[in-house]
Amino acid sequence: MTPHSPFTDQPLLQVQGLSKAYGTRVGCADVSFDLFPGEVLGIVGESGSGKSTLLTAIAGHHAPDRGQLTYDGRDVLAMGETDRRRLMRTEWAFVHQNPRDGLRMGVSAGGNIGERLMAVGARHYGHIRSMATDWMGRVEISADRIDDRPSAFSGGMQQRLQLARNLVTAPRLVLMDEPTGGLDVSVQARLLDLLRGLVRDLGLSVIIVTHDLAVVRLLADRLMVMKSGRVVEQGLTDQVLDDPQHAYTQLLVSSVLQV
Amino acid sequence: MTEGHAYNFAYLDEQTKRMIRRAILKGIAIPGYQVPFASREMPMPYGWGTGGVQVTAACLVPEDRLKVIDQGADDTTNAVSIRKFFQRTAGVEVTEHTCDASVIQTRHRIPEATLIPGQILVYQVPIPEPLRFLEPRETETRKMHELEEYGLMHVKLYEDIARHGQIATSYAYPVKVEGRYVMDPSPIPKFDNPKLSGSAAIQLFGAGREQRIYALPPYTEVVSLDFDDHPFQPTKAPHACDLCGAGESYLDEVITDDVGTRMFVCSDTDFCVVRREAGHEGRLAHQSAHEVMA
Repeated sequence: MTPHSPFTDQPLLQVQGLSKAYGTRVGCADVSFDLFPGEVLGIVGESGSGKSTLLTAIAGHHAPDRGQLTYDGRDVLAMGETDRRRLMRTEWAFVHQNPRDGLRMGVSAGGNIGERLMAVGARHYGHIRSMATDWMGRVEISADRIDDRPSAFSGGMQQRLQLARNLVTAPRLVLMDEPTGGLDVSVQARLLDLLRGLVRDLGLSVIIVTHDLAVVRLLADRLMVMKSGRVVEQGLTDQVLDDPQHAYTQLLVSSVLQV
Repeated sequence: MTEGHAYNFAYLDEQTKRMIRRAILKGIAIPGYQVPFASREMPMPYGWGTGGVQVTAACLVPEDRLKVIDQGADDTTNAVSIRKFFQRTAGVEVTEHTCDASVIQTRHRIPEATLIPGQILVYQVPIPEPLRFLEPRETETRKMHELEEYGLMHVKLYEDIARHGQIATSYAYPVKVEGRYVMDPSPIPKFDNPKLSGSAAIQLFGAGREQRIYALPPYTEVVSLDFDDHPFQPTKAPHACDLCGAGESYLDEVITDDVGTRMFVCSDTDFCVVRREAGHEGRLAHQSAHEVMA
């Protein structure tokens, strides 16, 4: 598996004027940004600020009301469903906050990792098995757990298994919705460490939605702050966190508990 | 109930038969595709073959000769009751010989004798959706059929090998029809799967509770799913029939006493009888039933 070459001038994903309303309520409004290959974009904001709406609209879980989505020169919203779903299981990946949403709980860990391979046509059991074993190792799950079901795994292991299941087909764009939510601090740290390594090794482009500023500080190159469905500030992560300009960002940064 | 004209021919009213025939024709036009139909209440419980009975009723004409089998046998409860049902409501001739029948309704087996052009084989199907236990949402499985997303079917086979060292699915083994639809062949043993492909007969599948009909027109290519390094293998008990000596037919295991003695007999009773009449003999052919069970 060769990592995709990062750092080109062409954005991998272009979002322009994306809006989604739930009746009269605003989900997200007029969001625009570019994501470049190998870049990690963090989206932060309080609950209800529209960050998950934005992410799920990009992932195609629902149709946005307005806006354009261009991936690698292709208009994603104009794609047929077949192409869209093929994209979702080959070049894109979606990591859910709750691993139960992203895993098949009745299927063994190996089967979970192998599913995407089989979905794109792998028909050799031995190859699928060795790929699954390889990825178990890369997400630091002992290989002898390969035939156990995810329900026998701890929360942190389930989340790492979900990562492996998504990354096995070497996607270029990974969408993550609160990947560390609900995990205790030490497990979170280990997951973040792993994520950082994988993102770097594989040259992944990532959009990561979280309300945890420490997560974006560690992972994200660039940061977008959302409030009431709108982007109120964006820039380099360190710049936004160290020198917040918008009143809401200042509030957000100052609200972080210091230990 | 008196004989004669108490019922419309073959129980169902003509408009219902028309509706079912339209579903059958659509199914034949799109091999392996599950066509929804307005399944009727039948005078038997769901799970007793209400789908198969409705398909048979819609196909029957007075000149037909009907055979009904359950697990290969002509003399089991399900087979006897459905056969009597059509004798009473349609007055058609019945037979136990596969080669004499024009319509064969079956539960869980394909007859051993090769089917010939003009015959119709009707299967009773409990669960028509092969993806049901992998993806419980019906909206999602329909989408998966539409977009040919069948990777999940192989996840099931993967799980089999991971857990049992081989593909342990032994009945209702999923097949791909003409390179397009993945289909549940109803709970026939996987031993029968090769007989689905290229058959000269029309094969119709009726699921009454689930309200689905699907079909294989004659000479349809049907391939059992497998892995490159774990190819599909039809299996049977490694014995010969104890009554007729057949080595290549599907066998039932019958326990004959309480110390573990057992015998193997053809599950297709007609096949076994025809062979015995032709003089073939198995290991226990000369013992009476009383001696065997002693």
